[in-house]
Amino acid sequence: MDRILFGDNQFFAVNHLSDEKARAQSVRFAKNEAIIKVLDTAIDLGIKTFMCTTHDRISGICDHIRKNPQRYNDFKIFPCMPYAHKYANAVTELGIVGALKEYLPGNIFSTIAKGGIAYAKKDFIAMMELLIDAEMKMFKGIDTPVIFIQNVLTDLILGLGMKDIFRAYHTYIIKKYNAEPGYITMNLVHLLNVLEEVGIKNPVVCSSINKIGFRMSGGTKLYEKTIAEKEFRPVAMQVLAAGALRPAVAFEYVCKQKKIESILFGASSYDHIKESRDMINRFNN
Amino acid sequence: MIKTGIIGLGKMGLSHASIINAHRDLDLVSVCDTSNLILEAMKKYGSFEVYTDYKKMIDESDLNALFIATPTKYHSEMVIYALEKGIHVFCEKPFALTIAQGENMVELAKKNKLVNQAGYHNRFIGTFNYLKKLIENKAIGEVYHFIGEAYGPVVVKRKESTWRSDSSEGGGCLFDYASHVINLIEYVLDDIKEVDGVMLKKIYSSGVEDAVYGGLYLANGLSGQLSVNWSDETYRKMSTQITVQGTEGKIITDAQEMKIYLKKENKKLGLEKGWNMRYITDLTDPVDFYLRGEEYSTQVDYFAKCIASGTLENVNSFESALHTDLIIESLKNKSR
Repeated sequence: MDRILFGDNQFFAVNHLSDEKARAQSVRFAKNEAIIKVLDTAIDLGIKTFMCTTHDRISGICDHIRKNPQRYNDFKIFPCMPYAHKYANAVTELGIVGALKEYLPGNIFSTIAKGGIAYAKKDFIAMMELLIDAEMKMFKGIDTPVIFIQNVLTDLILGLGMKDIFRAYHTYIIKKYNAEPGYITMNLVHLLNVLEEVGIKNPVVCSSINKIGFRMSGGTKLYEKTIAEKEFRPVAMQVLAAGALRPAVAFEYVCKQKKIESILFGASSYDHIKESRDMINRFNN
Repeated sequence: MIKTGIIGLGKMGLSHASIINAHRDLDLVSVCDTSNLILEAMKKYGSFEVYTDYKKMIDESDLNALFIATPTKYHSEMVIYALEKGIHVFCEKPFALTIAQGENMVELAKKNKLVNQAGYHNRFIGTFNYLKKLIENKAIGEVYHFIGEAYGPVVVKRKESTWRSDSSEGGGCLFDYASHVINLIEYVLDDIKEVDGVMLKKIYSSGVEDAVYGGLYLANGLSGQLSVNWSDETYRKMSTQITVQGTEGKIITDAQEMKIYLKKENKKLGLEKGWNMRYITDLTDPVDFYLRGEEYSTQVDYFAKCIASGTLENVNSFESALHTDLIIESLKNKSR
């Protein structure tokens, strides 16, 4: 994994501190060209990995990447699935079974379609695989060496104690996509224990890591110890604690923990991307 | 360990189940739902007893606590059955379909001295609690007006109907979205006494309203406005905001940030003259297990603590949820 991963929250009206800022961003990034322009800026600054949710609009970005193979020659995407709000809104309105009906390929009441058979036999793993394939469709032909499950799903499964689902996910991502399975979580310590229990070794795990313990269940001391001692490949996100920390303080804290492999951040301007990149590079040494 | 069960495994139910199961003092032993698909998954991958009949679950599982996250029309019979068996109950919102049902539940919980809590999670959000504190401390002087708002993209086109599109089952924007804002106003400012100038608007739904607007008059004499719309696709998810205006300033608060304007510096509260910003990062206590938002874990933890300590006065009692139902009823009656 690259040292710097470029995130996508800024493109899709996600701002953990301010709905108002989020809305302003959604105005700015209403067109795909605006997103591509920022991605190109990041690439020109030497950033080669884009970590993004499987938001509908990413498929437009993927089209652009496929059409310009030279420009995006060594560019990688780390997909994070699913785009949870799509499902959450469907579940609110249609219920869980209704939402499955909407998103499982094929008609679930027809036994001919693969989705129909999986549903009728209550073959949950087959259903999961179909949903993964549906989410991954947009990335066809693009290099996706790591594929993440979003924290809302990781943590839901984690809380419910459904460990075998992690095992099944892990196996499928390796088998079908020849990629490294990744896990995003707000409960790092708990998750690592469970992954270890089901025999998943040295997993890629992305979690909030910041100086003030924002969205770090168990607190900074426990995280620091876990990062130093446990066998896993840490990716740090929410390094700036949703903007509560000054960048220099934030990046220094993360870079000091040598085990952390990659740092995820999102920004919308040349100056901000460059500033963050330079700081990470400076604190690396 | 507090032996716990849950009825209803929709979005809220699954989220509660996950938080309960991860909680150090709660032991999720049994779950109940009508969907065989969901139950099969819970049985196969989890370690829970599964039921389709809630009475059977309550009779067999020897529960201390029960979470109810079913559609509102089932709340009353389930809550009563559990309370009669001496089980502490956490019930999702909206609370009751009729006021009479709500009163029965409140009375029985009191009579049997059981912990009772409703799922109005905004009461556990740091920004709204800080707003309450600022107003109690007269940070913006005498409050003369407020606006409670919530917008989101639940129904943005015409679609097949579900229980959410049937008002006799507790569906509609008034029950689903506006109830949160009403409950929050009552928590932060004061109980609502009267409503007036109510407009319930159908936008895409045929059976229920998609938007609610109206005037609210509080017990302490304060008045303000309610503006709620669940058919607003300019919002990515539900967004709740309260604006309060006073003689010495103004506060605009949502779940993430607070904008506080003061005419004069307030040293005691550490607020400067002019605009002050406060963020959820400064106002939230960490949780042991995080899913979807600190407030969801905090409310479950609070419920567990009330049971452990035998606290019957809680910030989110059935009684407070019933009052919200009363206001929903008046809004319906007053609309033209």
